[in-house]
Amino acid sequence: MKTSLNRHRNIIDFALSSLLRRKMKNFSLLAVYTLIIFVIASLLFFVNALKREAALVLADAPDMVVQRLMAGRHDLIPAAYAEKIRALPGVSTVTPRLWGYYYDPVFGANYTLTVPPRPAVEPGNILVGAEVSLNQRVRVGDMVAFRTSAHIPLLLTVKGIYPAASNLVAADLVVMSPEDFQAMFNLPADRATDLAVTVANPRELATVAAKIVEFFPDTRPILKSEMLRTYDAIFDWRGGMMVVILTAAVLSFVIFAWDKATGLSAEERREIGILKSIGWETADVLYLKFWEGIVISLSAFLLGGLLAYGHVFFFSASLFEHALKGWAVLYPKFKLVPAVDSYHLAVLFFLTVLPYTVATIVPAWLAATVDPDAAMRS
Amino acid sequence: MIELSHVTKSYNVGRNNQFTAVDDVSLSIESGQLTVFKGPSGSGKTTLLSLVGCMSRPSSGRIRLHGIRPAFLAAEEGNDGFDISNLPERFLTEIRRTTFGFIFQQFNLVRGISVRENVMLPAYPTTESHAAFQARAEELLRLFDISRHAASRVEWLSGGELQRVAIARALINNPAVIIADEPTAHLDSKLSREFMEIVALFKGQGKTVLIASHDPIVYDSRLADRVVEMRDGRITVSGPEP
Amino acid sequence: MMQHPAILALLISSLLISGMLLYAAWYGARIIRSWNLHSGSELQLQLERRTYLISSILGYALVFQVLSLFFFIFTADTLHSQFTGAMCAAGSLNANGYGYPTFFLKIATCLLAGVWLVINHVDARGYDYPLIKVKYGFLVIILMPLVLIETIVQFRYFQGLHADVITSCCGSLFSVGKGTIGGDLAGLPAAPMEWAFYACLALALVSGLFVCLKDRGGYVFSAASALLFTVSATSLVSFICLYVYELPSHHCPFCILQQEYGSVGYVFYGSLFVGGVAGMGVGALMPFRNHASLSRIIPATQRRLSVLALVSYLLFALIASYYLVFSPLRLFP
Repeated sequence: MKTSLNRHRNIIDFALSSLLRRKMKNFSLLAVYTLIIFVIASLLFFVNALKREAALVLADAPDMVVQRLMAGRHDLIPAAYAEKIRALPGVSTVTPRLWGYYYDPVFGANYTLTVPPRPAVEPGNILVGAEVSLNQRVRVGDMVAFRTSAHIPLLLTVKGIYPAASNLVAADLVVMSPEDFQAMFNLPADRATDLAVTVANPRELATVAAKIVEFFPDTRPILKSEMLRTYDAIFDWRGGMMVVILTAAVLSFVIFAWDKATGLSAEERREIGILKSIGWETADVLYLKFWEGIVISLSAFLLGGLLAYGHVFFFSASLFEHALKGWAVLYPKFKLVPAVDSYHLAVLFFLTVLPYTVATIVPAWLAATVDPDAAMRS
Repeated sequence: MIELSHVTKSYNVGRNNQFTAVDDVSLSIESGQLTVFKGPSGSGKTTLLSLVGCMSRPSSGRIRLHGIRPAFLAAEEGNDGFDISNLPERFLTEIRRTTFGFIFQQFNLVRGISVRENVMLPAYPTTESHAAFQARAEELLRLFDISRHAASRVEWLSGGELQRVAIARALINNPAVIIADEPTAHLDSKLSREFMEIVALFKGQGKTVLIASHDPIVYDSRLADRVVEMRDGRITVSGPEP
Repeated sequence: MMQHPAILALLISSLLISGMLLYAAWYGARIIRSWNLHSGSELQLQLERRTYLISSILGYALVFQVLSLFFFIFTADTLHSQFTGAMCAAGSLNANGYGYPTFFLKIATCLLAGVWLVINHVDARGYDYPLIKVKYGFLVIILMPLVLIETIVQFRYFQGLHADVITSCCGSLFSVGKGTIGGDLAGLPAAPMEWAFYACLALALVSGLFVCLKDRGGYVFSAASALLFTVSATSLVSFICLYVYELPSHHCPFCILQQEYGSVGYVFYGSLFVGGVAGMGVGALMPFRNHASLSRIIPATQRRLSVLALVSYLLFALIASYYLVFSPLRLFP
């Protein structure tokens, strides 16, 4: 069969053999290329995984949270508001919530203190997350001393420890009774941190929120969908900023690739001269270069992508988790759920393979337009 | 038949290093004959062969090929020969690939790949399947007695073997015309005579052979039907018109 | 402007594609000015070599542009969660007045670049490059400016995107009293569109067979195939999508790209694109059939193109019909 498919198959054959013949040059190119893809892929995978985690955390969050604002700052909300909001049409439940943060000066760690709506522990007892128990070196039955805001020690007994599997949600968690919580922060009994509101028909959320603001001008309702969107936007923004910073790296890689592609060795130039003199057309040499580029890009893409996958999902992105995760000292150590979709591979392609390919078009053409009679004149 | 009329090839036109390698050459070359171009180096032999062999285009003048029908011509065209002097490189290459086989002074083999691959290289960009031209390559390697080196790299071969690999490569696409540029420059007399025996073989197959050489073994050979002498880009002795 | 890796990727790729086309058009203009195949001058030889570069650039540009079209939709789809009321890509594209123009410009540039490559392919087979001025004129006057405009419009689109995020002063207030961004496109009535779709398909099939067998009617087929392209795209919105989603009122042409519908959208749009380029390519070649060097090449190419166009459109129609027949949704009793 005489088809132009044969021509391409033959040229691919030769492209592979000529790549292997210049191992040093191509391996150094491949290494740098892979590194670039690895860094950008790690970043994209990591940001995406964090977004998913955030969505998972918020999955249990109430549809709407109502906060009180005082001079533009978040303030305690009177429990009485809860009754009045419950009376609004469309609202099904209103739960006052108590939660806050506690900084332990001895162990230098931040804990999240919460009080579940239905008491989970008796006064004087607490449940703690795995990280807290490690940090405080306590086991079930041990006593923990917290310092109240009046600097009086408060002794609490550990009744249970959350398993490490629920680390992202519960690592720094301390669950206590309302009485202990109020004692710790000297909180008036008729105040709550905020109110969790559920609405029978999700479509009415916005309407209910508007009514709440109307009746209680000093409150701020926050919808779960808005929190999700804000998280998304923040993570995307962080990812975007990192990409902007990495553009410098991509740019220098592109220059490197350009340099590699233009700086043909005398041997390579001679070889292309021979090919052209024995009947290879400029377009054939361009195809040769095209296939070489495909092989290099594909290998770098696969290799860099796989490395990034391992880095993010098995080593929890140890190289730059601090730049992206946030501020907590006691950040939960958790394995991200492996998840990569075609979309992120597409982003990766557009950020790496495309610039590389563009950078090699002109050098490939320069190489391909060696005079066919150069071989005769040498 | 190849017909050249008033062919000129100049380089670096308009600059102060302009020079004319071939100057107003008119000549017709018969098919099936051995024509030897003789002259000192720099006399324009090589440039003339590269023009005939569709490697470059003349600055002016016409080159017509007769008896060759490239695939890109329409049915009614090219029956009385056609002009290649204005063809773009793409089509020149197509003619070169199908019509001409080249043997270079430096052999011009690709290092790092096997003898077999070197022989097959001109067939790679054709639409033929790998198996088809590999079979032809094996046959050529047998013909030139280099089959045992088929898998070795070309760096490991002796001068005479390299020469035979280069010849095998020139024949892979079964060309009607063989062009050899100073083929014996790097060979001793014994190998040079062997080369002339191979040329006799070509003639026996009815191929047209063009050789540029200043080696008496070539131009004094009784195989040479015609000897064209060149100097400073011009033909000084055009030999007997057959 | 939103900082999002995908937006940056799209902006960068559009900039690169524009740069490539500017570069190609610059040398294209020089070729138009100085081309003389009868000259063996060094300038002419250099220009001939440039043609390889331009072809290669345009080839890459087309591939990148097609990828960026899909990637653009993909991104718009991902971003919809950032806009109140947007249900999918359709909503995000509506977020400001530049979304849909960008989308249509991307489609137009892809089609035109495809047609350019068809002309280029044929021209490179005529030994006197008879279409050289036509194709570079087309590149300089139409293709390059369109790609530049597309890049600018896309930039304006992303520049005008602002996510509805929580601000410190007010919470959900912006959700209220702001009309929802239309997540759905209103489609044309389904019943007449189904008739129109199959009628155009029949017309294209008959005229395509004429080109294949009798080597005649290239213009008719090209027009029929352009018509079919438009009608098919409209049909997607009007009724095909409804059968795919099995919902009588969800007209969005972008959700079919999602995995939950088997990514069938890629097959629809891919076949539509190939059919459109091949069909229009047949028409674009018609004026040049009488060039001596192309008299054999153009008819053969046209036959191949029309077969390709027919196969693509048939594939499109087959899949669409499959949904029409096997979807549990019944639009008409």
